[in-house]
Amino acid sequence: MLEHIVNGLVLGGTYALVAMGLTIQYGIARIMNLSFGDTIIAACFATYLLFTTLNVGPLLALLVIVPAGYFLSLGVYRVIMKPLVDRAPDAGALEVDSILVTFGLLFVIQGVLLTVFGGGYTSYSFLNQPLSVLGTAVAVNRLLALALSLGIGAILVVVLYRSHWGMILRAVAVAPQSAPLFGIDTDRAARTAFAVGGALAATGGVVLSMFQTFTATGGVVFTMKALIVVILGGKGSVPGAIIAGLLLGLVETFVAAYVDPGLTLAAVYTVFLALLLVRPNGLFGKA
Amino acid sequence: MKPIHAFPIAALVLSALAFAPLFLPDYWTGVLLGMTGYVTLATAWALFSGPTRYVSLATVAFFGVGAYTVAVLNETLPYPLVLLCAAGIGAVMALVVGLSTLRLAGVYFVIFTFGLAELVRQTVSWWEVNVTYTMGRYVFLPFEGRHIYWQLLALAAVTLLISWGIGRSRLGLALKAIGDDETVAAHAGIDVARVKLLLFVISATLITLVGAIQAPRWTYIEPSIVFNPTVSFMTLIMALLGGAMRLWGPLVGAIPLFLLFEWLSVSFPDHFSIILGLLFILIVFVMPQGVLAKVESLRKGGRT
Amino acid sequence: MTCLPLQAARAVCRRSAMLATVAALSFAAPMAFAQSEDSITIGYAVSKSGPNAGGSDMTVTPNYELWVQEVNAAGGLKLPDGSQKMIEVIAYDDRSSAEEVVRAVERLATQDEVDFILPPWGTGFNLAVAPLMAKFGYPHLAGAAVTDKAPDFVKRWDTSFWFMGGSADYVDALTEILVAQREAGTINDRIAMISVADGFGIDLVKAARPAFEAAGFEIGYDKTFPPETSDFATILGEAGSAEADTFVAFSYPPHTFALTKQAKVAGFNPPVFYLGVGAGFPVYPNIAGGSVEGVMSLGGIDPDNSLNAAYRAKHEEVIGRAPDYWGSVLVYASLQMLGQSIERVGLDKAAVAKELSTGTFATVLGEETRLEDNQLRAINWVGQWQNGQFIAVSPDGGDGMAAVKLPKPDWQ
Repeated sequence: MLEHIVNGLVLGGTYALVAMGLTIQYGIARIMNLSFGDTIIAACFATYLLFTTLNVGPLLALLVIVPAGYFLSLGVYRVIMKPLVDRAPDAGALEVDSILVTFGLLFVIQGVLLTVFGGGYTSYSFLNQPLSVLGTAVAVNRLLALALSLGIGAILVVVLYRSHWGMILRAVAVAPQSAPLFGIDTDRAARTAFAVGGALAATGGVVLSMFQTFTATGGVVFTMKALIVVILGGKGSVPGAIIAGLLLGLVETFVAAYVDPGLTLAAVYTVFLALLLVRPNGLFGKA
Repeated sequence: MKPIHAFPIAALVLSALAFAPLFLPDYWTGVLLGMTGYVTLATAWALFSGPTRYVSLATVAFFGVGAYTVAVLNETLPYPLVLLCAAGIGAVMALVVGLSTLRLAGVYFVIFTFGLAELVRQTVSWWEVNVTYTMGRYVFLPFEGRHIYWQLLALAAVTLLISWGIGRSRLGLALKAIGDDETVAAHAGIDVARVKLLLFVISATLITLVGAIQAPRWTYIEPSIVFNPTVSFMTLIMALLGGAMRLWGPLVGAIPLFLLFEWLSVSFPDHFSIILGLLFILIVFVMPQGVLAKVESLRKGGRT
Repeated sequence: MTCLPLQAARAVCRRSAMLATVAALSFAAPMAFAQSEDSITIGYAVSKSGPNAGGSDMTVTPNYELWVQEVNAAGGLKLPDGSQKMIEVIAYDDRSSAEEVVRAVERLATQDEVDFILPPWGTGFNLAVAPLMAKFGYPHLAGAAVTDKAPDFVKRWDTSFWFMGGSADYVDALTEILVAQREAGTINDRIAMISVADGFGIDLVKAARPAFEAAGFEIGYDKTFPPETSDFATILGEAGSAEADTFVAFSYPPHTFALTKQAKVAGFNPPVFYLGVGAGFPVYPNIAGGSVEGVMSLGGIDPDNSLNAAYRAKHEEVIGRAPDYWGSVLVYASLQMLGQSIERVGLDKAAVAKELSTGTFATVLGEETRLEDNQLRAINWVGQWQNGQFIAVSPDGGDGMAAVKLPKPDWQ
């Protein structure tokens, strides 16, 4: 029983880590980013490349890849998203536009990765040592994912709820139309939020690459998992994403242990669909 | 265009298309087949999603169920009955799904329908593995490409006819009202929920049939083959590009896009993804007011 | 073009859409490289993108490229009259979609009119194209397709050839080893078994259940998992508590890698540790991060076979990485057989098909490779990592195989 809780939380930590970036991009910048998972995969490949060619360890690689994720996302926002935001007459139109344009972006990233790295399975081993947590042997690299997601989550919550900047971001999330009336630079807020989301995706990619096998075309799986966590937690809510991520990890682990490993994903979707029917705005969402 | 002219022209085009495989090499029949499949999917999708503005990603859930029904029943029942079963299963499934979900709105509906497609896929996989102990199923029906094409062509014609009929009926009027403002429509005495449900069921049944008709083409069926999420995305993009509110909109979107994909995969097999992605971004940008707004403006322009 | 939301502008837009259509139609014209009399065109559609790309990229595509390069470097394919023709390749991406692969083969057959068509990767896609290959009379060298129904398919499509055997073959060979080990007292009579809920996994597990039980084994844990599964901690935990000395996983590469990593972390080290696709990849020990001594899987090579060693060296030289230890060599052998058939009977497809089913060939598998009832049977069914190489094993060795070494040593 205890081991399942530990395993579930460790698995859920990965989900939470991946989902936080998306919830910020979607909740604050209002961009439904379908290429999110491919950003993660790109970071996985970058880590792999640094590790195997330059012998730069993944933890060190964080220092390079995370800022790269931030600035690349910033660039993407300025070049592609900004014109869409400017011309969108309402939130619904922006949602459709951003879905379509990031759908295109997804293929571009995927295509570039395919050309550079080919379609094969990529994986390496790093920090794959056991560490006993309450009597359960857990891989250090997976534990790191959990620790990072809780750590980053805590920082984000503090920033969002305790700082001036956080208040601005939340104001933009809640009322994008009226925020400018209070002298808030919504564009800057959205830009920053999107870039922070990109940096988080890069963090997720670096950490995931330590234990997960990835392919150039595998981004969609991450996007969908992250999307489920985001919707479950309520869009834009960082604590929601963490709790929803951990919850999904627990559900998968318990179903695998007590019901049938074949039904883990079916159970995830059932929980998701059921919750969506009862609380369409997610666990922490506001109506 | 007046219906008086439209019908003979449509009939002429239809019969020309029907005779085409007799003169074309198999590959071009295959292209026509794929294109007709997507025209039907996009039109059926737009039937529900156009006027209600519920963006559904469940297309492949119904498409796959149709294909699977054929895979399961093709050796036990005569083919027309198999198709009938597929339509029935699709309709019942749509009814259940519709009853439980049509009160969700916006992006929640989008994600729900995507989740639904995955749920159906997972459940079918699990059922096959643990209950029937099979995974791949074989469809050995004596159909060649053109036979499947003819069936799809007929279904496409029926779908367009239904779409046209609904546009002219009281139902269409009710839909127009719902699309404009759901609350007002409800106050005007329209049973919004029932209209939406009815449309969802019709649309889903047609989509199920497309999957059922196309299944014999692949000989071998397993969940990863028939529940390929690309089908949902392609359908959505085609319908949105052409304009989901208009009778001919999805068709106008599906044909050029399908040919474009085909051309890309023939000419740039190694860089398909990059070019496709760039084109997508371009499409969004060359419509300065957004695809939705363009659809809107088309809708305000009135029907043909 | 810019489409303004005005009535007039709309007509323009519509017209440009039409233009796009016309432009698209113009690709009906033959591709730039016209087929010349001096060359042989060979076409194939493989998954360059999508979920099947990983498999194609390992087992199928590199071997197609290697073979074409080698043949052309030697002056081209030989014909019965002694002349040589260079190979020209037309390659499409099926994007891991069944409909695409079917249409691509139709295109290769009726539009490009290639001389020969090589098959795609995977059991499902090989079956999807099989009726078309038969209809157009192309010999179908199904290289990367595991199926127990091959004897039936050979009857249905008599120009189809199957090179990877069926699930029952792999399972029976494993069972034989397990029975011998049980009699030797190395393992108990319990097996924990998991499988991926996909065509490959299910086919194998369906063959394994009756085979293990008939051999007197008890399957203490028997579960399937969805292909998207990335975390196996719980599954390994449950399998570990089944008190089985044998762990069998019919898995795909991502699962194989994750299972290995997590088994090491959990200290899960049963005497028999058998995994699916991926354990025979040359990168496997690297991915596992250290020794994988004793791990078993499908396939395996004979390290003393110099032909195979030469093939592996060449593959590494041309492609830049080593081939896998299971399917690659079979795919490559199928191409050699095709080349030799053409050399003997020319470009007539029916004659080539006949030669393939009756002839004897010198391939990387051996000097005298031949098909039985259109199927390759001389396949290494079980392999094991021994001293850094994945080699074919049998209970006692011999006949190009080593003796299996069990129990598996500890993870390092």
